[in-house]
Amino acid sequence: MSLNYIYPDNEVVRNYDKCICCRACERQCANEVHEYLEEADKMIADDAKCVNCHRCVSICPVRALKIVPTDHEFRKNTSWKKKDIYEVYKQAESGGVLLSSMGNPSEFPVYWDKILLNASQVTNPSIDPLREPMETKVFLGAKEESVKRGEDGRLITKTSPQLKLELPVMFSAMSYGSISYNAHESLARASQEAGTFYNTGEGGLHEDFYKYGGNTIVQVASGRFGVHREYLETAAAIEIKMGQGAKPGIGGHLPGKKVGPNVSRTRMIPEGTDAISPAPHHDIYSIEDLRQLVFSLKEATAYKKPVIVKIAAVHNVAAIVSGIARSGADIVAIDGFRGGTGAAPTRIRDNVGIPIEVALAQVDSRLRDEGIRDKISVVAAGSIRSSADVIKAVALGADAVYIGTSALLALGCHLCRTCNQGKCNWGIATQRMDLVKRLNPDIGYKRLVNLMTAWKHEIEEMMGGMGINSIEALRGNRLMLRGVGLTDVELRMLGIKHAGESA
Amino acid sequence: MSETLSAKQLGFYALNEKVRELTGEIIIDNSYGERFIAASATADKSIVINGTPGNALGCYMDGAHITVNGNAQDAVGDTMNDGEIVIHGHTGDALGYAMRGGVIYVREGSGYRTGIHMKQYKDKRPVIVVGGGTGSFLGEYMAGGLIIVLNKNSDGRADVGRFTGTGMHGGAIYIRSAEPPEDVPKQVLCRKAEDADKVAISEYVKRYAALFGGDINELLGADYWVLAANSANPYKQMYTDN
Repeated sequence: MSLNYIYPDNEVVRNYDKCICCRACERQCANEVHEYLEEADKMIADDAKCVNCHRCVSICPVRALKIVPTDHEFRKNTSWKKKDIYEVYKQAESGGVLLSSMGNPSEFPVYWDKILLNASQVTNPSIDPLREPMETKVFLGAKEESVKRGEDGRLITKTSPQLKLELPVMFSAMSYGSISYNAHESLARASQEAGTFYNTGEGGLHEDFYKYGGNTIVQVASGRFGVHREYLETAAAIEIKMGQGAKPGIGGHLPGKKVGPNVSRTRMIPEGTDAISPAPHHDIYSIEDLRQLVFSLKEATAYKKPVIVKIAAVHNVAAIVSGIARSGADIVAIDGFRGGTGAAPTRIRDNVGIPIEVALAQVDSRLRDEGIRDKISVVAAGSIRSSADVIKAVALGADAVYIGTSALLALGCHLCRTCNQGKCNWGIATQRMDLVKRLNPDIGYKRLVNLMTAWKHEIEEMMGGMGINSIEALRGNRLMLRGVGLTDVELRMLGIKHAGESA
Repeated sequence: MSETLSAKQLGFYALNEKVRELTGEIIIDNSYGERFIAASATADKSIVINGTPGNALGCYMDGAHITVNGNAQDAVGDTMNDGEIVIHGHTGDALGYAMRGGVIYVREGSGYRTGIHMKQYKDKRPVIVVGGGTGSFLGEYMAGGLIIVLNKNSDGRADVGRFTGTGMHGGAIYIRSAEPPEDVPKQVLCRKAEDADKVAISEYVKRYAALFGGDINELLGADYWVLAANSANPYKQMYTDN
């Protein structure tokens, strides 16, 4: 065996004055970092196995543990960072494609952090959301272009199907397989309680969760896993997955070893077989072909449910969405390059796609210019971290947002970014029963509802401050936004003015 | 009692609305490319279509029976779960895309990507029988089920185009021909069928002959090639956790 070139990124620091050798850390760590030495009556740790998930830190009754980044470094080099060097080592050792989890962690601009919101002062009153009605409800789906009346002069009130959200936030597609049964249960129950929707991803829907169908968006991807009549009929909406922000142009491959009895049941494939969802739908080569899939799903569900088309934000996103708006889809979901994933090739995750802020602004402008903005609702996704990001997304033109990582954080995720290893100590990104049961859905769903409640209050506060009492009036209202430290091109792409410029 | 609908008169939207409401035997005349007929239809419907139904015939179908007196177009039986489709003619591309159950019989040939993503699950095992040849990419990404290509007009050549079984990782393809298909990837095992192998297909070939005519001895007696995933050489790309 060759030498191991990799020095662990993290060091497990134990305060031996505090440690009582209760061995809780040892029992809790699925990565087997901690070990008790009987003869020395002492706990030790193997830093190399640590993924920095903080499970042991949180469980330690005497706070004897912390995980710190190592200060062991290479000789300073601006071009060759430690990460670059280690990635070469890993590939030279294994010959393998680098695989990562969660969203792109690299240092690209986060435009949300360079956009500031407006507020009313003196001449236009702000609104106090504690005393005055504030509307955060949104309806997703194609809107009627004009008021229509029947022959008797009465209004025709039949509209195309709509999703009603109590606040403009939904839970992103995360498949059962990539996350656990208890995580799915938490998301489903929280959606029902908070008046929003969660998304099955492309892994099918567990029969236990059919009862939450009214708050469930089901996904149809190229592999069609778990797609059948009842699955479509149970859902509130159907999402066609064309792409994902974390891996544009790349499909999914769930290896056979991860297809256990339960995952097998929802994906409707035999245990132990590979589940391959190639990037392209081999029956879709054009907007016309997409239209065929959209309408086949509408026909299969008697036009009762909106159809969503989800794509990754890529260079030509505005033109692509213009096509999607004409395909008959009711909603388009656009996933930016910082969007999360259970597993994606590192190079794809970190180098492909464009920021959601820019994509969203471009899409909204393009659809307005073409006079088709009301034909389709726009959902923005890909690293929405707070209610402020939600407000900014709406003002840039989104009808609503999807959150994935934020929802997982609410469930206890610590963003260690090793979902692909399937050993999530928090019971979220794992199928190991002993780990899954650590996530209590009774608590998990409440934490998600709490997050939604808190964000709703904050959204109302920010809207009130701007003198806006309905979220619909904020949509695409870019005069409420100002950029700081952005170039002319960036401001133009975002369609906003720089701080200091008046309306 | 049966209902007769005129497809051309109704257009696809109204036609499919009627088909959704009706049960029992439904006869559709004058079909000129109306799409999505019998989408997600269940076992309480038996549909006869006279003419040429459009794309996505029987998509997500769940138990209904369809007979087409004429040719069909693309994406017949897309994600079909159960039922039977009998086509007295040709079909287009992506026949039985991701089909999980039920049977499709095509008297003549089919287009590109026949049986792509076909899969099976427990008692669900889909079957496609094509009388003539098929286009390229037959059984692409196939994960389960059975495809039988009878090549009835091909003079012993495997009339299935190129790249047969690309990405195949389950199920079986039977091709009736003296010569094996070309371009079979190394992840797929292609061997000549023995008598024991033919037991698996005889039921379906007999049904084909019963539906469309043909000499069962000639259809079943000829040489067949069997394609299946090569478990000794699976698709895998080595990943390294990063």
